[in-house]
Amino acid sequence: MIGFIDQIDQLLSFAMCGIAGLYLKNPDLFSSLGKLFKPMLIEMTSRGPDSAGIAIYRNPVAAGNTKFSLAHDSTEYDWASLAKALDAELKGSSSITRIDTHALLISDGDESHVKHWLSNYDATVRLVGSGNSVEIYKETGLPEDVYARFNLEGAAGQHMIGHTRMATESAVTSAGSHPFATGADLCLVHNGSLSNHNRLREELKRKGVSFGSENDSEVAAAYLTWKLRQGIPLKQALEDALKDLDGFFTFCIGTSDGFAVVRDPIACKHAVMAETDDWVAMATEFRAIATLPGADTARIWEPKPATVYAWGNESVNAQMEAPIQSSVEAPSAGATH
Amino acid sequence: MNSLDLQTLGLRAINQKLQSLEAKTNEREWTITNPMGQHAIACGLTVPIEITVDGHAGFYCAGMNQEATVTINGHAGVGVAENMMSGLVRVKGNASQSAGATAHGGLLVIEGDASSRCGISMKGIDIVVGGSVGHMSGFMAQLGHMVICGDAGEALGDSIYEAKLYVAGSVESLGADCIEKEMTDDHMNTLAGLLEKAGINKDAHSFRRYGSARKLYNFDIDKADAY
Repeated sequence: MIGFIDQIDQLLSFAMCGIAGLYLKNPDLFSSLGKLFKPMLIEMTSRGPDSAGIAIYRNPVAAGNTKFSLAHDSTEYDWASLAKALDAELKGSSSITRIDTHALLISDGDESHVKHWLSNYDATVRLVGSGNSVEIYKETGLPEDVYARFNLEGAAGQHMIGHTRMATESAVTSAGSHPFATGADLCLVHNGSLSNHNRLREELKRKGVSFGSENDSEVAAAYLTWKLRQGIPLKQALEDALKDLDGFFTFCIGTSDGFAVVRDPIACKHAVMAETDDWVAMATEFRAIATLPGADTARIWEPKPATVYAWGNESVNAQMEAPIQSSVEAPSAGATH
Repeated sequence: MNSLDLQTLGLRAINQKLQSLEAKTNEREWTITNPMGQHAIACGLTVPIEITVDGHAGFYCAGMNQEATVTINGHAGVGVAENMMSGLVRVKGNASQSAGATAHGGLLVIEGDASSRCGISMKGIDIVVGGSVGHMSGFMAQLGHMVICGDAGEALGDSIYEAKLYVAGSVESLGADCIEKEMTDDHMNTLAGLLEKAGINKDAHSFRRYGSARKLYNFDIDKADAY
């Protein structure tokens, strides 16, 4: 019976989940990022009404600091005590800000040390992202409501990626929602379903990678994390993923200053991209892009199967060719793929 | 000319209006503005009216069409003219995956490129693509013609039945049981007629024809190894 249900899940997955990404080229639009991205995410509600998640890149922290996105089931969680305990342990300095069920922790401690400490401090606290500028927010509920909970409409910045989820492979939980962090300032959203995620999860666990859910997309994120940890460039890691991941997928990977897109070798899942002088956007369907200014005259195309596309500033291209850097480069206009 | 603003009226109201028109209606020309990539625009039409979708359409535009002429002044999403029975659908831009899927009749003209699986399981429709098509086009195509003025992607005509495929450019690879076939004068005339009907100025002599080797779709015990 489980096999049958799995098959139904696979079939249903053809209609499930929506993703969207927006990268602004025109600095005049930076202050409107949250406003421009909102209708993109909401338009994807019919593809994924049960949860939503957003990664926004903004307010990079000072050198030597790391920004951690944390989440808890309760909106009343005592984050101040967590920060105090962290400072006592590391003899460092940190600040923490509550945003609904999430909190942003900025610490001058060593990133891996802080992560290790967090995993031991309280098992009910989830680390959902970390890096120099990335902030990840994800919750169950309608995308419109999730967007409002985290006050994203007024958000300024250069780029955001988002996901609307209709769960097929695991439970509807905040932990099972996208984006999934894949390393410093990197995160992944996935549209599709993976068929070899159980075996791959076991293999990655043996290599020391930890998991927070039974979600198949988290396995893809963990796979990339594992690759990047070895110093493999993002582009190579994505090309390796094309060989090692079995199933249907369109991935959008948020990087410190842009995003990358890759589809499975038969382009099973929908994806469309569009570009104007002012912005680059990708989405599961064009209707999510249609609300952007100038969308009707934008250059519009479908990303080719098994091809890695990347958009962003120069450091994104460096990231695509060299091991991941944790520093944030000064913005400079440019787009390549 | 009647104009319908999709953002103001909504999809359901527009489709209901168009679907309720009678064959003898005097309101024969309609323009749908602000399509904004919405799905199922101008679906299920049954009378010979002329619809212009002024912008980019989403999935399944002009699906199940009978008799109507639908022109999309932009790109079309997945499954444009899917299961069309008759009439004419013209996409001025590019079309996404599975254009003309399972369609029984009529003519689909895509002036730009079509993505993967164009004409999948086509059952009698004629499809003319001004540009190129993506991988797995003509998959399990049963009947009708697909004319590709540009190139064809991987696995063209995989598991094809009796549809006829004409390609002017290169073919990245042929799918299982799809082979190049002889182009007779009859084929040349049919092809020239389709190009003319589609309004695409291209010499029929520049095309090659592909179709079924007929080794897969009839079970033959002597060819069991091929299944």
